[in-house]
Amino acid sequence: MNYRQAKNGKLMIEILPDKCDFCGCCVGVCPEDAIELKEAEIFIIDERCTNCAKCVWSCPIEVIHFNKEGVLAK
Amino acid sequence: MKTNYDIVVVGAGPAGSMAARFAAEQGVSVLMLEKDRDVGYPVRCGEAISKAGVEEFIPSDDKWIAAKISKFSFNAPDGSEAIIDFGDAGYVLERRSFDYELARTAAEAGAEILTRAYVNGLLFDDGKVSGVKYEINGEQKEVKAKIVIAADGVESRVGRWAGLETHVDFRDMESAVQITAANIPVDQSTLYFYFGQDVAPNGYFWVFPKGHNKANIGLGVSGLIGKKKSAQSYLDDFMNKHYPNAPVLTKIAGGVPCSITLDKISGPGIMLVGDAARQVNPLSGGGIASGMIGGKIAGTIAGEAIKQNKLDHILTYDKAWNDRLGKRHETFNRIKEGIYNFSDDKFNSIAHSILKIPIEKRTLGKVFTTALINNPSLLVDIAKVFVV
Repeated sequence: MNYRQAKNGKLMIEILPDKCDFCGCCVGVCPEDAIELKEAEIFIIDERCTNCAKCVWSCPIEVIHFNKEGVLAK
Repeated sequence: MKTNYDIVVVGAGPAGSMAARFAAEQGVSVLMLEKDRDVGYPVRCGEAISKAGVEEFIPSDDKWIAAKISKFSFNAPDGSEAIIDFGDAGYVLERRSFDYELARTAAEAGAEILTRAYVNGLLFDDGKVSGVKYEINGEQKEVKAKIVIAADGVESRVGRWAGLETHVDFRDMESAVQITAANIPVDQSTLYFYFGQDVAPNGYFWVFPKGHNKANIGLGVSGLIGKKKSAQSYLDDFMNKHYPNAPVLTKIAGGVPCSITLDKISGPGIMLVGDAARQVNPLSGGGIASGMIGGKIAGTIAGEAIKQNKLDHILTYDKAWNDRLGKRHETFNRIKEGIYNFSDDKFNSIAHSILKIPIEKRTLGKVFTTALINNPSLLVDIAKVFVV
């Protein structure tokens, strides 16, 4: 299995871009500036993410998930 | 388009537009960049504002007023409703049109505006911010500026790139979800607030009329609550209970940073305004008026700095903001921490106390003192707020 790599091991934060409203809550709370958000495009900058999950808790519409198994690389 | 401006403003919401306008009015060159394709859209906001908050900046105009507000309705967890009349004092806006008009005032003052321009980095010159990098139509570009004003909203990334500490503690982030629904038969001049653990823990649920029985409905929950249950889930519960068949015209998520203002909102070549500076009123979550005030102060000071050729002048912005609103927000934040921790019983007893005052005598002052007299423990909470 080929997992995406965060700053401290496997990346466990997963954003479902198709469900995202691009509101910016996650970007505002991210202590590592690890989320990139354009008009209708969002993604994690893997090497900055520390899996702290603050983005998960701050998402109003449950678009960001904590995946204990790790996020697979595509 | 030029590649060199006195001032570049990032973000064309109310704070950005006011910063651009009050700078441009002084005859300096201003470019305002907006990442979305439309100024004013999408709307991520409850849209309520006081009349005075608007009229400091733009004369009232029916084209962006969805409803004129004269009453509050306070809804306690047990279903008690206390209505408080406060006269001709507020509006529910049509933000889409309102933001558009604010941007127009900036343009009339001489500011240039570019939409679909996504700022993705800063330029530096000898440790000072000296411009921005941005993407437009798939092309990467740069524009130089003596001062960059970051009005990039809740994300506030421009500030962090400049070295300021801007990230919001997740407990202070009110993650919100909001709908515009039709067939909501509420009084069109009343703002409805609902409190309680099941409805909106640590905050309030709002139903704000928008004319013709349309309403802006939503709530925000702090990250601490969001860990267990999302804003979306609370909204679904409320709508199923109160308006199960209401057609939904728009639905959107948004974030409100409900904290005190950032420690530092200016630095060499950089100023922060609006949500990006955390200039939201932390008690109400309202950020339109306070963002416009922040924008006006920043734009004015930035324009002066350019004209006097004294760029250090922008560092006076922190104090100017704190004197006008920043310090007051610190008090509001302490009140917020008191009130939003109230139990359901306490909200119920406040509603019961208010209901004992004849409606014609329910001024906000009277409501407040009555709530205190009938709830001695509330007095202790309020006292705590001011004593700290």
